[in-house]
Amino acid sequence: MNRRFSWFNATALTLGFAFLYLPMLILVIYSFNASKLVTVWAGFSTRWYGELIHNEAFLSAAWVTLKVAVVSSTVATVLGTMAAYVMVRAGRFWGRTLFSGMIYAPLVMPEVITGLAMLLLFISLGLDRGVFTIILAHITFTMCFVSVVVSSRLATFDKSLEEAALDLGCTPFDAFKSVTLPIIAPAVISGWLLAFTLSLDDLVISQFVAGPSSTTLPMKIFSAVRLGVSPEINALSTILISIVTIGVISASLISKRSIARQRADEQKALQQ
Amino acid sequence: MAQPGTRLVFAPWNDPEQKPLIQFKNVTKKFGDFVAIDNITLDIYRREFFALLGPSGCGKTTLMRMLAGFEAPTSGTILLDGVDIAPVPPNKRPVNMMFQSYALFPHLSVWDNIAFGLRRSDMPKDQIPARVEDMLRLVRLEKFAKRKPHQISGGQRQRVALARSLAKAPKLLLLDEPLGALDKKLRQDTQFELMDIQEKTGTTFVIVTHDQEEAMTVASRVAVMDHGKMVQIDTPDRIYETPNSVYVADFIGDVNIIEGNVIDTVDGKVSIEWAEGQPRLLGTVGEGVAKGSRVHYAIRPEKVAIATQPPADRANVIEGVVHDIAYLGNISTYKVELPGGRMMKAQVANDRRIARRDITWDDKVWLSFTDTAGVVLLG
Repeated sequence: MNRRFSWFNATALTLGFAFLYLPMLILVIYSFNASKLVTVWAGFSTRWYGELIHNEAFLSAAWVTLKVAVVSSTVATVLGTMAAYVMVRAGRFWGRTLFSGMIYAPLVMPEVITGLAMLLLFISLGLDRGVFTIILAHITFTMCFVSVVVSSRLATFDKSLEEAALDLGCTPFDAFKSVTLPIIAPAVISGWLLAFTLSLDDLVISQFVAGPSSTTLPMKIFSAVRLGVSPEINALSTILISIVTIGVISASLISKRSIARQRADEQKALQQ
Repeated sequence: MAQPGTRLVFAPWNDPEQKPLIQFKNVTKKFGDFVAIDNITLDIYRREFFALLGPSGCGKTTLMRMLAGFEAPTSGTILLDGVDIAPVPPNKRPVNMMFQSYALFPHLSVWDNIAFGLRRSDMPKDQIPARVEDMLRLVRLEKFAKRKPHQISGGQRQRVALARSLAKAPKLLLLDEPLGALDKKLRQDTQFELMDIQEKTGTTFVIVTHDQEEAMTVASRVAVMDHGKMVQIDTPDRIYETPNSVYVADFIGDVNIIEGNVIDTVDGKVSIEWAEGQPRLLGTVGEGVAKGSRVHYAIRPEKVAIATQPPADRANVIEGVVHDIAYLGNISTYKVELPGGRMMKAQVANDRRIARRDITWDDKVWLSFTDTAGVVLLG
C-alpha cells in the first residue's frame, strides 16, 4: 500500500479524471459567466441563475421531472424490492434462472429499444402519452437497478433472523415488515436514490413516451441547445449535476456505511 | 431443593402413568433422495432436559426444526400434548427456539428483543414491561437493557437469546447448539446456568449438540443419533456405562475397543479370545451374546488400572510396555503397547505430584480390570 506515486500513475490519473470531468468543469465554470456569449469569459456572475428562476418553461419542465422521478423511483423501489426478495428467498422453483435473468435484462438493454417498445405498448393500449406514461416507462427501466442493489444485500442476510421472528409469533408479512425491512433499509434507500437519479436525467426513453404537455428537463435542455447554447442552460445543468452528485454520493455513502458497520459487527462476533 | 431421603428420582420415562409432551410417531423426513430422519419414534416428557446428540449431518437439527415448524415431516406424525402439530405454522406453536447464531434483531435493543415475542402474543400491553424485567433478571442482564446486540459480549448475547426465547413461557424450548460460539470456560459456566434456569422455569428443554460432554452435563436423557436414526436413548450415566453399540461407546468419551470371539459363556460370565498367546478376556454377558459370536469388548480407560507389578486379584491382567503418556493435569493417560502391536489406554487420576510418578516411557507394566468393568457388544 505504501508504493510511491510513479510518473506513470500520476499521468494516468490526471488523464483519466480530465477525460471524465473536464467537460463538466467547463460547463460549471461558464454557468458563472457574466457574458451572454457562451464562449467568451467576461467575469464572475450568478446572473443566469437569477434569470433561470423567471423562466416559466424551464421551471415547469423541472417540476414535471421532479414529479416523475419521485413517483417512479418510489414505485420502482417497492416493485424492485419485492422482486429481489422473491428471487433470493423463494428458493428453487421452476424457471427461477429465467426469471432472475429477465429481471436484470433491462440493465443491458439499449435505451432506444426500451423506449420504442414502451411507445408501441402505449399506442396499442390506447394510452394518451403524457406524465403518466413517462412514469410507467421510468418504473420499468429503474426497477431492475433497485432489484440488483437490494438482492445483493438480501444474499448476505442471516435467514435465521426471519425464522426467529416467525418463531416469536410474527406472520410472514409481519416478519418482513418488522425485521427484514429495517435491516435492509440502507440498501432499499440507496436503491431509491439510484432510481431517482436515473429517472431525473433520462432523455432517450422519455423522448419516446412523452406527450406534448409533458416535457421533462433533459428534453427541454436538449431542444433548447439545438437553438444555441444559452448561459441559462449552463446554470440549469450545473444545478442538475449537483443534485445527481448529491444523490449518488449519498447512495454510496449509505450502503458503504451499512456494509462497514455490518463488517465491524461480524468482526466483533468472531472475536467473542 | 428436595431433602435427602425424601428425594424423588426424576424419571417420567419409566412411569407408564406419565403422558409424554412430545411424541414422534414413525417420523421420516426426506430432502429429495436424502433421508435426513429415518422412521423415528420418540417420546419426550414434561420438564425434561432432552439432548439430541450426534455428528453433523445426523439429522438432529432437522428433528428440532420439525418441532419449531420450519420443516414438515415427509411421513409420520408429531404430537405436542396429544395434538398433531403438522398443520400449525411456526408463529402459532407454543414452542420457541434459541438459534445457533442467536438471531438477535440487530436494529432493536436488548429490551425490545425480549419484548418482541410478547408484543405479538395476547399478553396485555401493561404487563409486558414487568415480564421483560423478570426475564432480564433471570439472565442477569438488567444493566444492559438499553444496549444494542452489537454492544454486548458473546456470552451476554447468548443470554439475551435465551431470555427472548423464554419470555413467552413456551411449553417447549428448543436450543440449537446454544453454547457453540462460547469459549470452553464460559461454556461450562453457562451449562450450569442453563440447568438452573431450566429448573427454575420448569420448561421442557430440547437441546441439539455435537458436544457429548455438554449433552452429558445438562441433559436428563440423551438421544444419540446417527444417519437419521436413533441409536440409543438413555440417561447420561447409562449411555456412558452401558452403551448399546460400538457406535455409541466410541462416540461418547474415550474407549478401548477389542474385537474377539466368544469361547465360552458360564454363569453370566463370558470369555473372549482376542489375540494369540494372550489370556482370554473375562466379561459380563451382554444382550444376544452367545458362544461363538463375534464381539467387541469396550472398556473405558479410567477403568483400567496400571501397575509395575502383576496384580494378584484382578480378573483380567494384560502385560505391555508404556508407549506414550499424555499428561492432562488432573489425569494422565498411558498408551500401552500390548504384545502384537495393539494399543490400550489406561487413565490414572494424578493424586500425587508429577515428580513422584513411578511409571515412565518404555516401562514394562501390567494393565488390569475386573470382569464387570467393560461391556460386551455384538457386531
